[in-house]
Amino acid sequence: MTQQEERIVGQREDEYLKRYGFKDDIKYAFKSDKGLSEDIVREISKQKNEPEWMLEKRLTAYKMFVSKPLPTWGIDLSGIDFNDIYYYIKPGGKKSDSWENVPEDIKKTFDKLGIPEAERKFFAGAEAQFDSEVVYSHVKAELEKDGVIFIDTDTAVKKYPELMKKYFGTLIPPTDNKFAALNTAVWSGGSFIFVPKGVKVAMPLQAYFRINADKAGQFERTLIIAEEGADVTYLEGCTAPIYIGSSLHAANVEIVAHKGAHVRYVTIQNWSKNVYNLVTQRAFAYENAYVEWIDANIGSQGNMKYPSVYLKGRGSKGEILSIAVAGNGQIQDTGGKVLHLAEDTSSKIISKSVSIGSGTTTFRGLVYVGDNSSGAKSAVRCDALLLDKESKTNTYPKMQIFRDDADITHEATVGKIGEDQVFYLMSRGLSEEEAITTVVLGFIQDLTKILPMEYSIELKRLIKLDMSKSVG
Amino acid sequence: MVLEIKNLRVSAGDTDIIKGINLHVGDGEFHVIMGPNGSGKTTLAKVIMGHPKYRITGGDILVDGKSIVALSTDKRAKLGLFMLFQNPIEIEGVNFINFLRTAKGALTDSSVGVKQLMDGIKENIKKLRMSEEIINRALNQGFSGGEKKKSEVLQLSVLKDAIRLAILDEPDSGLDVDALRIVAENIGSIAEERKMSVLLITHYKRILDNMKPRFVHVMADGRIVAEGGPELINRVERDGYESFTAR
Repeated sequence: MTQQEERIVGQREDEYLKRYGFKDDIKYAFKSDKGLSEDIVREISKQKNEPEWMLEKRLTAYKMFVSKPLPTWGIDLSGIDFNDIYYYIKPGGKKSDSWENVPEDIKKTFDKLGIPEAERKFFAGAEAQFDSEVVYSHVKAELEKDGVIFIDTDTAVKKYPELMKKYFGTLIPPTDNKFAALNTAVWSGGSFIFVPKGVKVAMPLQAYFRINADKAGQFERTLIIAEEGADVTYLEGCTAPIYIGSSLHAANVEIVAHKGAHVRYVTIQNWSKNVYNLVTQRAFAYENAYVEWIDANIGSQGNMKYPSVYLKGRGSKGEILSIAVAGNGQIQDTGGKVLHLAEDTSSKIISKSVSIGSGTTTFRGLVYVGDNSSGAKSAVRCDALLLDKESKTNTYPKMQIFRDDADITHEATVGKIGEDQVFYLMSRGLSEEEAITTVVLGFIQDLTKILPMEYSIELKRLIKLDMSKSVG
Repeated sequence: MVLEIKNLRVSAGDTDIIKGINLHVGDGEFHVIMGPNGSGKTTLAKVIMGHPKYRITGGDILVDGKSIVALSTDKRAKLGLFMLFQNPIEIEGVNFINFLRTAKGALTDSSVGVKQLMDGIKENIKKLRMSEEIINRALNQGFSGGEKKKSEVLQLSVLKDAIRLAILDEPDSGLDVDALRIVAENIGSIAEERKMSVLLITHYKRILDNMKPRFVHVMADGRIVAEGGPELINRVERDGYESFTAR
């Protein structure tokens, strides 16, 4: 790196530190011993006072986690020391539906992050998770009246055991992959959302995930059920302090969209650069249902995340829009999977990635068209932008098509930021950094414009912070 | 603004492109550089503006007596240098009006109100006989050749308060007769109103029918091969560029 690059990268870290990277001294109610064992899994379940059936699921999943090897593809995960992580850290105080009752020290953290304020302005409901547990969740009264449920998943186990038994782990079984198994074994927190038949939730529901403790793992579990004709948008954001040691975030997210339902799931992932983000996200779309994953990844040191949609009903539709920004030393291994398993299904996977400095972006896409899905349509497009000579990008598109009549398109481009583009903008008075940022934001504009405005602004702001110098 | 170019030599990679040029553009003066393709005219414009592709191997460029060669392109723009691009660059996803607002804010070091900016732009769009929908499009993206040239002139008009020297790189190429006249008239009136110094680069006499430069320089193979007043324009038209080099 040149001195100027170092200065700018340093600024970016400073900025992260100031806005998100601060550590707060918190009194924890319980902290499991470091490392993972069957005893720890039992302890977590005991702390939560869980029913036996959930403990059984955890223990089965734990065995699978132990027996499964690390993935041999994707990013290098050898830096994760599974014995050097706290798997369950419970903040003090009780879960509350009012910010007033959230313990003062924790509330202060979320105040600094602007969470309560955002809820008042933009959201129909909000939830906040601090390390392992949800400390706050609230949904507007009128939605409650309509039968909308938005609570943390731990509470759902106790209050809605039938729904949980019916759906939990049916989309992502612990056999799916090592980290899905890990999540199932030690999961804690996350959102449970149920939208009854015909109910359309006009404003988004938001969840904010915060890792605060050093060497903390966060393993939230989210389940969204949209009944026939229901409509809901869910937004999640996440940040953490900067620590030397690695943290691990391994979430499982399951979405069930019944006949004619629409679910939009938006993520702005902005973990600090010591977090491994290894998340499994899967949705089932039944007849004429429509599921959208909008997945923006800015943070973490290494990220593997490929939201998927299983198009199980006739006329169902799936879309995955992925934005990835890899700064110095970061690896964003992202993309999406769509499985066409019924007639007249359609899908779109669009990915835009930006690599800065020594950052690497990798796109992995899978389109599967089964032999019973006549009339399937799919369009895949991935565009990568490289800002520096040392920036890297990889593309691994995979198509498994078992129908002759499938309509499949795939386009991929790799571009370097142009000297002439930067010169042109600078000739109009923009600094080099502003010029590069302008080109980058323009590059992802067709994706950011479909984000809800406040998220679009936040994402643009984060990318501005991420811009380092040097033109390839 | 006074622009002085002293014995300037420029190369790109291993190729020498500009091989010793001297030029003096006095405050408010209108100069034109004519020359065939590949003579180094566009390179000269880009070097004055600080394009990173080119390396100055000798000489100096001064503005109001101070060397600008160490300044980045944006710093030069902030001094009051403006370049009208022969081939304006397309930038995906960057809204034209937002871009203008950012540029004006940067050059005038102030925040620019949208409404005020819009009002001014609409008037200028009319003068340039452009379609108003251009302001909602991405910067130069999918613009026709004529629209690109007019968009450059529109930028000149929006940013005029911050411009003291306009370097116009072939504002005439690819334009039909009507568009050419409109472009020339607009540039002329803006330059006159703001008393800008102007350095116009062109192959052809056509645009000069609508503009009145006082000083004419003929460039060939990286050198200035003839200098004089407007009478040189007619000589170029009559005898061609070869007559200057085949001496």
